[in-house]
Amino acid sequence: MNEFLTLLGDAEFWIAVLRIATPLIFGTLGVLLCERAGVLNLGIEGILVAGAFLGWLTVYSGGGLWLGVLVAAIAGGVLGALHALLVVRLPLSQHVAGLGITLFATSLSYFAYRVVFPKVDSPPKIEPFQPMEWLGLPILSAQTPLTLLAILLVPALWYVLTRTPLGLAIRAVGESPHAVEAQGINVMHLRTGAVVAGSALMGVAGSFLTLSAFNSFFFNMVNGRGWICVALIVFASWRPGKALLGALLFAFFDAAQLRLQQSGGGALPYQLYLMLPYVLSIVALVLVARKAAYPQALMQPYVKGSR
Amino acid sequence: MNALTLSHISKRFGELVANDDISLSLDKGEVLALLGENGAGKSTLMNILFGHYVADSGSISVFGDVLPPGDPRAAIARGLGMVHQHFTLADNLSVLDNVMLGTESITRMRTSRAEALARLRSLAERFGLQINADALVRSLAVGEKQRVEILKALYRGARILILDEPTSVLTPQEATQLFATLRQLVAEGLSIIFISHKLDEVLAISHRVAVLRSGKLVFEGPTQSATKSSLARAMIGRDVESSGESRADGRRAISEKPTLLIEKISAQGEDARISLHDVSLALRAGEIVAIAGVSGNGQSLLADVLFGVERPIAGHVQLNGEPVALNASAMVKAGVARVPEDRQHVGSVGDLSVWENAILPRVSDARFSNMGLLKSNAARGYTRELVSKFDVRLSSIEHPIRKLSGGNIQKLLLGRELSESPTLIVAAQPTWGLDVGAVSFIHEELSRAAARGAAVLLISEDLDEVFALADRIAVMSRGRLGKALPTGHWTLESLGLAMAGEPSEHAGADNHAA
Repeated sequence: MNEFLTLLGDAEFWIAVLRIATPLIFGTLGVLLCERAGVLNLGIEGILVAGAFLGWLTVYSGGGLWLGVLVAAIAGGVLGALHALLVVRLPLSQHVAGLGITLFATSLSYFAYRVVFPKVDSPPKIEPFQPMEWLGLPILSAQTPLTLLAILLVPALWYVLTRTPLGLAIRAVGESPHAVEAQGINVMHLRTGAVVAGSALMGVAGSFLTLSAFNSFFFNMVNGRGWICVALIVFASWRPGKALLGALLFAFFDAAQLRLQQSGGGALPYQLYLMLPYVLSIVALVLVARKAAYPQALMQPYVKGSR
Repeated sequence: MNALTLSHISKRFGELVANDDISLSLDKGEVLALLGENGAGKSTLMNILFGHYVADSGSISVFGDVLPPGDPRAAIARGLGMVHQHFTLADNLSVLDNVMLGTESITRMRTSRAEALARLRSLAERFGLQINADALVRSLAVGEKQRVEILKALYRGARILILDEPTSVLTPQEATQLFATLRQLVAEGLSIIFISHKLDEVLAISHRVAVLRSGKLVFEGPTQSATKSSLARAMIGRDVESSGESRADGRRAISEKPTLLIEKISAQGEDARISLHDVSLALRAGEIVAIAGVSGNGQSLLADVLFGVERPIAGHVQLNGEPVALNASAMVKAGVARVPEDRQHVGSVGDLSVWENAILPRVSDARFSNMGLLKSNAARGYTRELVSKFDVRLSSIEHPIRKLSGGNIQKLLLGRELSESPTLIVAAQPTWGLDVGAVSFIHEELSRAAARGAAVLLISEDLDEVFALADRIAVMSRGRLGKALPTGHWTLESLGLAMAGEPSEHAGADNHAA
């Protein structure tokens, strides 16, 4: 217990929390945008991998760091467009198409990596984003600009969703596409746009891993973060502010277990600590999600002229 | 002045001529009633008007300007507004959000909520449509949701309002209020197209009537010169026996012992707002008891309990003096005929063939199954018999049942239950959405079953149907069932008040001497 209290007073710990939370914030906001428009995007895990790989590859081939982020966003957007084509246009099962995108994007990224680097033992490194020392604030100064961007995105997305006509249309299309169509707004375009934009955020989440948290790309580095985001959005009741809270909460558990692994010594097998954030997330989810008000048209394909 | 002119509109879907050379006009400040059975072409015509379909030929002009075909935005911009039968509202958004949706350019960086709210309030005041702008739509009653739909159209500057079956979901009082609103709108110079198949309403509200049948305009004229029977004749192309005559009026032998005894059933629906509290009812052989009520007051839940698909929290049910387990298979075995409300999804399996659906409730019956193998010839023979006996119109019993019209599906579902000579029939909204011909057929069959000695529990929101068929009527409101009183004790007004949950003047009206 004492250890835990010292942990809370330790700036290093909070720095780790924010770092771990950053990709989850991007990813959860991405999921939020898709699901508010009524589309489940289980392609997120693969989009994270693709964003991580392509962002890193761009920088490795001599592009700037921000160019890497942009490429990751575009890659996410393209995969999102593919998902939208499958589930909004056609419309296929959102579960199946999303898992397909994840398998496709993951495998393609690994394959491309092997094509570019057939024989490397240790993954090639790049010079990643540096902490924003100039900011002069505790904890935040130790983060890279991507973390700041993630946090600023939260109020920005909130503003768009609640204070602009576009946001109203996005919220409405996830609740009742018929209501949107009846107002002469194109449901297909709206949903496709939301999925593309949300997937672009997922791509950025991936690029954070290779351009900021680490400095190279390796297999399995995404490690289920995408699925965490899909769960976090339920915890967040599809609200940006709560999405930030959820991401921080999970990161808190994760950072805590990393510390406990080190300090707890061999008393308990380390797998138990690894499990901790997931177990606690499930508990939090159960407590919160029972009352979750899902967007009513989530996963309901919209076919014009049908009821 | 001419508000709307449709000239020579024709539309075909493959073989089907949905609209055949229809010409209509609507004056400023006029209410035009558009009548027709299901499939007569009303929806197609309105869809063409709103640019959802493009007509094969013909043109539309609004206030003298030709309307570009296939452009919903242009239709809205020219002042056309539609109030759909199934509301197009987003439940989890506020009233204001719903009204504002799509009214501002989607590329704008901010919404003008304050201005929108002011405008909505002034409209609400002007037309007497009181509404709480911040309430979530899902918390509103049906009549209020309809008000939001009307305000939505007015907010968009609608000068021609089209209402599709607007009273089908309302209590009589709400309908009266709607009519008052419509009269006010007309007084303000709006024009209204009122789509309905309720003849009384049409006669009450409209200035002119147009009747469609099989895609053709078969009647058009001032309402004054029309009568209920002339309109009914125009709608279905032949005389119908007035539904009032199908009631047995006590000519049936009603036994003393109850067939069905419901004792203090309480239940909780999936939707937290719907529940049943201490519902009790006795139903005797040979009588039809109707449960009237506005949708969402627990009638469907009660039907589900009696169908054996929803488990009550408390209470029990006796059938012919024996307690019966409330599960689906016990109900079927006990000879309960079940006619569910949702004939497409609950009553039938759309992709299975007609004959497969016909035997579905009794598939393990020795008639249709032998040591676990289906006797498909016997099943087909049985189905053919049903089809001819209950006048189901179809091209083949091998086709999936979803290809049948609602009326024909319902005839088959009713037939498969009635042919088993049930002692109890529970029919939930048996004629919902059906055309006049199918409705009168189903009414006759239910009356005949009662005459044969079955007890019939009719759960219906259609008050005409309730008055036409029932020997006794009980009203369900907020999960509580009132006393079942003989039909003669009720008037439309007292029934409406009870449906709206007013403290009852109805039950003991004659006890309170003035």
